[in-house]
Amino acid sequence: MILHTLLSYEVLRVIWWLLLGVLLIGFAVMDGFDLGAGMLLPFAGRNDLERRVIINSVGPVWEGNQVWLILGGGAIFAAWPQLYAVSFSGFYIAMFAILVALILRPVAFKFRSKRDDPAWRARWDWTLFFAGFVPSLIFGVAMGNVLRGVPFRFGPDMHIFYDGGFFGLLNPFSLLCGLVSVAMLAMHGAAWLQLKTQGAVADRARLYGSLAAVATIVLYALAGVMLWSFVDGYRVTSTLPADGPSNPMLKTVEVHSSAWFTNYQAQPWLYVVPGLGLVGALLALVGMRARAELMTLLASALSIAGIILSVGVSMFPFILPSSIDPRASLTVFDSSSSHLTLFIMLVVTAVFIPIIVAYTSWVYSVLRGKVDAAAISEDRGHAY
Amino acid sequence: MDFDIVALSRLQFALTALYHFLFVPLTIGLAVILAIMETVYVMTGRTIWRDMTKFWGVLFGINFAMGVATGIVMEFQFGMNWSYYSHYVGDVFGAPLAIEGLMAFFLEASFVGLFFFGWDKLSKVAHLIVTWLVAIGSNFSALWILIANGWMQNPVGAAFNPQTMRMEVTDFAAVLTNPVAQAKFVHTVSAGYTVAAIFVLGVSAWYVLKGRHLQLAKRSMTVAASFGLAASLSVVLLGDESGYLSTEHQKMKVAAIEAMWKTEPAPAAFTAFGFPDQRTRETHFAVHIPMLLGLIGTRSLTTEIPGIDDLVHRAELNIRVGVSAYDALQKIREAGSTDAIPESARTIFEENGHALGYALLLKRYVDDPRKATPEQIAQAALDTVPPVWQLYWSFRIMVGLGMFFILLTATFFVLSARRRLDAHPWLLKVAVFSIPLPWVAAEMGWIVAELGRQPWVIEGVLPTAVAVSNLGAATVLGTIVAFTAIYTVLFVIEMKLMLKAIRKGPTEDPAPPPSAYRAIADPEIAGLPRTSPGA
Repeated sequence: MILHTLLSYEVLRVIWWLLLGVLLIGFAVMDGFDLGAGMLLPFAGRNDLERRVIINSVGPVWEGNQVWLILGGGAIFAAWPQLYAVSFSGFYIAMFAILVALILRPVAFKFRSKRDDPAWRARWDWTLFFAGFVPSLIFGVAMGNVLRGVPFRFGPDMHIFYDGGFFGLLNPFSLLCGLVSVAMLAMHGAAWLQLKTQGAVADRARLYGSLAAVATIVLYALAGVMLWSFVDGYRVTSTLPADGPSNPMLKTVEVHSSAWFTNYQAQPWLYVVPGLGLVGALLALVGMRARAELMTLLASALSIAGIILSVGVSMFPFILPSSIDPRASLTVFDSSSSHLTLFIMLVVTAVFIPIIVAYTSWVYSVLRGKVDAAAISEDRGHAY
Repeated sequence: MDFDIVALSRLQFALTALYHFLFVPLTIGLAVILAIMETVYVMTGRTIWRDMTKFWGVLFGINFAMGVATGIVMEFQFGMNWSYYSHYVGDVFGAPLAIEGLMAFFLEASFVGLFFFGWDKLSKVAHLIVTWLVAIGSNFSALWILIANGWMQNPVGAAFNPQTMRMEVTDFAAVLTNPVAQAKFVHTVSAGYTVAAIFVLGVSAWYVLKGRHLQLAKRSMTVAASFGLAASLSVVLLGDESGYLSTEHQKMKVAAIEAMWKTEPAPAAFTAFGFPDQRTRETHFAVHIPMLLGLIGTRSLTTEIPGIDDLVHRAELNIRVGVSAYDALQKIREAGSTDAIPESARTIFEENGHALGYALLLKRYVDDPRKATPEQIAQAALDTVPPVWQLYWSFRIMVGLGMFFILLTATFFVLSARRRLDAHPWLLKVAVFSIPLPWVAAEMGWIVAELGRQPWVIEGVLPTAVAVSNLGAATVLGTIVAFTAIYTVLFVIEMKLMLKAIRKGPTEDPAPPPSAYRAIADPEIAGLPRTSPGA
């Protein structure tokens, strides 16, 4: 096949770096609101009917949303195999905790309504809370650790060695990132609920959503200050050919205190990206107060996109730095799949993402409007 | 402690994969049955077919949630427990997994919500399309997963790149059209249809025995018996296709399944019964059927099927070739730049690189395969024999059950055609007690496919023992215990909910809302006779 040389290896790698961001943002925006709704479930819903309203607001869509995570996993495997190999094995226990949450979530949605017993239902309500809270926290903590660098190295045949345990992940900066992630997804979940519900549930969603939006702004800004003051970045000190082989061990890297801000300093317009993170959350706050329902949800999504992108911009071209052997750090230009695989995957993605967006939009348009509490209490047209 | 990290990682993968596959085949098959039932509803307008779709849909939903929940574990586990595998073959293996998400799982998961929530929100035809999209999505999902799995059995269209130390795609079309993947897809999907058909058949038979929901149960049995007959014929016949192919690509697997220690003159006999003994390399109390294996395996009277001993000998030769390739590879890697690579190393690697994986078999015994002793090489060659008696018996149980499913579904097909489904209560009881059997057959099938591939994780390319992550044994043991505990609890709950839903049976139509507008719009509510059972 010669077709794939139409796009240079360098361009494909940068496109796939962008697509990695698109997938992470897609996951955080789409699955984020149902993770957030899960976190708010015991608080925004005070009785069984209210909780059923919340669950039914995400009931028809959470399965499709969760595919963003599955797709993200698959795409990282296909386009960034070393990132997939190092991060999933290195964060083993953290990944396991996410898996437990993601095993329990579908089951909780499905099983909760199958019995009338209040104790049974309360158990699944708290399961949904933890299954929303734990992944939200861990994804943020993982992001924090990626910024700090992760203790991995390569053996002679490119075997991966990870010299750190689970508790090493729980450092102050990373925990702060975890809280940013929890606040951001709680805000997003609340933004969804105020759009899809009415009455007391919507009022509580606006209250908790406003608090979460304020928390997002404060914690995100604080994380930025900490990143500037206490977290060392990494920078490549040798050549890094953009079309070189995907072997991270061919370059040299040094730790440098302000390296994570060099991209912003070189291109100051990039400050727009973290700016969106803050402005989006602020708009969501204003929207919740002003009852601009749809605008609130969009603003919250914008904030999530800005926050996630700001990490990527900060680290580029790094994807996963190594704290014990900086040379082994994975970058955009030495840890991707082959030229041909990146090209094929790009074609498939370019064909299917628009189709997915089209039918997802159709599904949401069929389900538009508020969840009807009366219908739920009469068991009409609702599965949960 | 007996357990090493390789054994533990394999145990965890086997447990989670076999558990996942308790739910997958029912999803694949039941989705199609639902689509068929709803098609009948839309075409005939008879509401009993809608009630049937809704009732089996409830059971589908409980099962689907478990399939989704356990499927995520499978995708994450490659990176978590098999990081060298992920690095080594991610360039090839990752693509079908990602495409599965894009093309299939997104479709299935996006529409499954509307299947449950959309009855009042969509027109009849739109809802039918949604149901078909769920069915198509789940079947496509199987296609891409089996393209990935087929590549593990028959790694075509890829080559090793010394610069990156991994396999990279050279011909993606070959990966897609891999004949092993195609055969496996048809076989696995047919197996899913069989599982679902016998599930519907058995549950309906129970209703008939109890004299409940007779209308719905008998119609369901008719659908299940005809669908199941076609599926079980396909699963057995196209299973044969799968066996035919593995004689080309995985000779050792076939030899182990047949416990064929020595090469026999063609056409080889089929060992119908026996107790294989891996230590003494013979099969006790063997009952042979002359010529049968040769005919099934090669479709010829003259092609020889090699026995285990011969294949071990071939493996030993391959290991020696592999060691020279490994040596050349090290020289290429030490050279640094492309220009500095010694010409001799390049030539040797080009000639012998295909056997590189065989050198890696030695890594279990020695860090540097070049320093392996002849005894170690002989031992590594012996390791290429998968566990024989497990394969021998798993295969026979699977095939025996497959034959039984043909008989069972054919019987009910005939009974249904003669409208005598309730004539023989003992047959109904047989159908009820047969419900778990397709699951046994399906799990046995995976054991044959994956245990038969050992000691390779990618046949001839990467040994399982080299592919694991460097994790602590205690860590993996901990997650095995935790997965087992969670899965056991969920299994108990799932079974209880399934049984509860079955005992409760189909719900009758809800009372029409007192709305004149709807009554006019919907003739059925306006008082026309309903065909629901018990109505």
